[in-house]
Parts: sequence; C-alpha cells; structure tokens
Amino acid sequence: MAHFIEQIIYGLTVGSVYALIALGYTMVYGVMKLINFAHGELFTLGAFIGFVFLGTLSWGSYFGPALAIGLTAILVAGSTALAGHFLERVAYRPLRHSDRLAAVVSALGASIFLQNVIMVVWGAQYRAFNASLLPTVVWRIFGQSVSLVRLFVFLTAVIIMLSLYLFINRTRLGLAIRAAAIDQGAARLMGVDVSRVIALVFVIGPALGGLAGLLVGIYYGQINFNMGQMYGLKAFTAAVIGGIGNIPGAMLGGLLLGLLETLADAYVSGAWKDALAFVALISILIFRPTGILPERVAEKL
Amino acid sequence: MLILSLAGVTKTFGGLVAVAGVSLGVERGQIVGLIGPNGAGKTTVFNIITGAVKPDDGHIFFSGRNLTGLRPHRIVALGIARTFQTIRLFPRLTVLDNVLSGCHCRLNSGVMASLLRLPSQRLEERLVLQRAMSELEFVGLAEVWSSPAGSLAYGDQRRLEIARALATEPKLLILDEPAGGMNEQETANLMGLVARIRDRDITVMLIEHDMGFVMRVCHRVLVMENGSLIAQGTPREVRSDPRVIEAYLGQGED
Repeated sequence: MAHFIEQIIYGLTVGSVYALIALGYTMVYGVMKLINFAHGELFTLGAFIGFVFLGTLSWGSYFGPALAIGLTAILVAGSTALAGHFLERVAYRPLRHSDRLAAVVSALGASIFLQNVIMVVWGAQYRAFNASLLPTVVWRIFGQSVSLVRLFVFLTAVIIMLSLYLFINRTRLGLAIRAAAIDQGAARLMGVDVSRVIALVFVIGPALGGLAGLLVGIYYGQINFNMGQMYGLKAFTAAVIGGIGNIPGAMLGGLLLGLLETLADAYVSGAWKDALAFVALISILIFRPTGILPERVAEKL
Repeated sequence: MLILSLAGVTKTFGGLVAVAGVSLGVERGQIVGLIGPNGAGKTTVFNIITGAVKPDDGHIFFSGRNLTGLRPHRIVALGIARTFQTIRLFPRLTVLDNVLSGCHCRLNSGVMASLLRLPSQRLEERLVLQRAMSELEFVGLAEVWSSPAGSLAYGDQRRLEIARALATEPKLLILDEPAGGMNEQETANLMGLVARIRDRDITVMLIEHDMGFVMRVCHRVLVMENGSLIAQGTPREVRSDPRVIEAYLGQGED
C-alpha cells in the first residue's frame, strides 16, 4: 500500500509536467486546428536555456536557489515565448491560407530544424543541471517520503495551470481566444483581431512548454537535445486523452497519463511503460476521439 | 449627411459577377432596406462593406473614411457591426459571454494589464459587464444571461446576435435577414426593436424578404437584381416602380 501511494505521487509529478506541455498543443489546436509538432522542441529549448543559467553560470550559488530559479523561469518563459512567436511568423503564418497538410509538413520541418540547432549549440551529449540546486529535504507525510524537489515541480505546474485557466475563463482576452476557437470569421466581425489571438496563443503555449522543460531539468538533473521528442509525444497523447482543444482536458489527460505510466512501470514492467501510454492514445482515438471528458464539459478551449 | 457610400463596387467569383459596379449612399439616421431576388448580390454587398470580402474594384466610404481593403476587426472598430443570415453565435459560450465578445474592440487594456489584473483593467471589465447587461436588457434577454447561447429559441438567438453587434458600439448596424424564420409575433417585436435601435442614433441597413416588414420599417429601399442596383427610393416609390414590379414583385403581389 505504501508503495502504491508513492507511485501515485511519482505519477502526479510526471503527469503535471505532461499537462503543462499538453496545454501548448491543445491551445494551438483549439484556435488554428493545427498540431504544432515543433512544440516538443520548444520544451527542450526551455530546458537548455534553464541549463545555461542554472548549470553553466550556476546562478544558484550566487543568488540562492529561490531567486535563481525565479529569475531563470522568467528568462526561460520569455525566450521560449519569443521563439514560439518567431516560429509562428516563419513557419505557420505564410501558410495560413494554404492546405492544412502544408502547415503540418512545415511543423515537422520546424521540429527537425530546432532539434538540430539545439544539438549544434549545446552538443549531443547529456548535460547535467547543478545537482545541489534545491536542498535535498525529504518530508514524511502519512508515512510517505516526499522530497522537496518533487513537491516543487508539482506545485509549480499546478499554479501555472490554474493561472492559465483563470486567464482563459475570467478575462476579456481569454474570451477573445475562446470566441476565435469557435468561429474565427464571426469573432473577426465582432472586432476580435484573430491574427493577434493566434500570435498570443503562440506566445503562451511555448512559454508553458519552456517552463515544463525547466522543471524537468530541475527534477531529473540532466537534459538532452532530443528529449523533446518523447515528452512531446507523451504530452500530445495527454492532450488527445483529455480531448484536443480542451484546456481542462489537457490538464486532466496529463495527470492521468503520468499515473498510468508510473503504475505500469511499478506493477507491469518498465519496458512496457511507453507501450502502454501509446496503447492509451490509440484506444482513445478509436473509441472516444473527442476525449474522455463528457460532451458538456468538453468545450473546445 | 451620408454615413456610408459605395462607389462602383464590383466583385466576381470565378466567372460569376456577384456585384457589378454598385454605387449607393446611406443617409445617417435612416433605416435602409436592401431587397432583391435570391442571388442578386445583397449579402455580397454586406460582406464587402464589413471587410469579409474584398471588392475587385470600387471604393467604400464610411463617415468620410475609405474602408476599402481594411481588415474586418478594424472596420468594426470604426463603427460598423453586423448580424448573419444564418445565425453565427458562439453556441457553447453563455449569452453574456457572447455579448462581451462584442465589447472586445472597445477595451484599451493590453495583454500585460489583463494578466496582472491592474486596477484600471478591473474597472474597465466592470464597466464592460454593465454595458453588456444593458444591451441584453435592451433586446429583452437579461434573464437568460447565464444560459449557453445555443440553448436559446431561434428568435431569441436572432435577438442575441443583435445585442452582440450592438455591444461593439456601432454607428451603422447591418442586419442580414433579421426576420428570417420568425413567427408573426416575433417579427412584430423585431420591428419595434429596429425602431428603438434607430432612436439611439444608429443607422440601420437590412436585407429582408418579408416585404411587409421592409415596407413598414424602412425609410428607403434599395433594389438589386443580378448584381446591379435597379431602383431606389421610398417604399412607396419602389413599390410602384415598373422595373421592380417586373423583376421582383412580378406576380402582381401587393
């Protein structure tokens, strides 16, 4: 039983990272009906920019862990947002009126390009974050050991997701995003600048993905130029499980996928973990392509 | 004073001439009807005025400004709003959120203010909420503000579209078949509503097939056939114009 609860905690931590990345896929899909295949690479980029400040420059030893992580998070979110904006300008905007397949091919090309840029800049080997960034505190909660770093990753992800949810549902700009996701033409004629909404979605999504990359770097301590491929695929799976285009769905899908994976790892076999995650993807696509949330909740965005 | 004028506006789709050199003017403060048989090019004219379709030739002037080639959301910001022939609400959003989406272009706060929830932005949001509710009261839908728009009865959805368009604070409101699919009672209410909109100093331009409606509500009527304007004048003049009778009221109706 104790083992089981420990797995649940592991699962929620990994799942919250998947959820954060999944939000980027789901928001872009909601407004543009396009899968941004380069999103996983923006996640990797976030991890490497975090590595520059926390690893290479070891800001942690100058500013202390809290300030160092805070500053790095702002820089990571800012630069991945900028990269996302640039990506939209170069790879997607010129194709907005062409065939949807063209945008998909462009997305795949952008993904390969970004992955190789990261490899050329930072090398193909694994890079290690500053391991002693966060003190190795471990609490015992209900007989379970919970480490600080795990709690930090989970809570940070949850706070970011709640802020996004409030932004989308409680502000006029969020309403403009929801309106554009339902009917771009009608939104335009109500005075919504749809180009600006698309640009905004390509800033928020990459920023969230970049922050997820930073969290993964801090959590696992090491990163690699092609880590975005697997994380991207998993997060895409999470977005589909929750119903692509659906923001609460992406959050739920991420957490569920994280749980499924860690439980499979613990009780079936580590070798089957990824296979089972993709079995989940295929089953959802076959049996419930709109996602697991019931129709009423499953509003797009 | 002319609030809107079109000069030689032409639009072809493939080989089909939808609008052929139409020139027209709309006086401020009037209710103007645009009528004509199906396929005459009426909706295309509306699409050109609102920027959804770019004309091949000709110019559109609104309050002395050239609108030609402006993008739709810019035209809305200048003061032209519309409803659609087939209802295009955001069905999954609430009635209130639909109207609020129309207020969007009158907001000044940017992304940062919105994210940080600055006091100026909160005040703005509160004012906008009041405006949206007053538009709902104006069309008589205030009680159902929290329902999803898609759950409303057909006539109510039409009125909600009008409220949403009014929320953009237009000087010119364009209604594409507002009475379409309405019963007699709803149509009678709509006539009152259109008159009250005009009383707010909003010029109204409408396409409508219900001739009783057009003849009773409009100050002026424009008649189109095959992409061209064939007649214009008061309802009485238009009704007795032989070309109109031949083209449109051909069966000796009325």
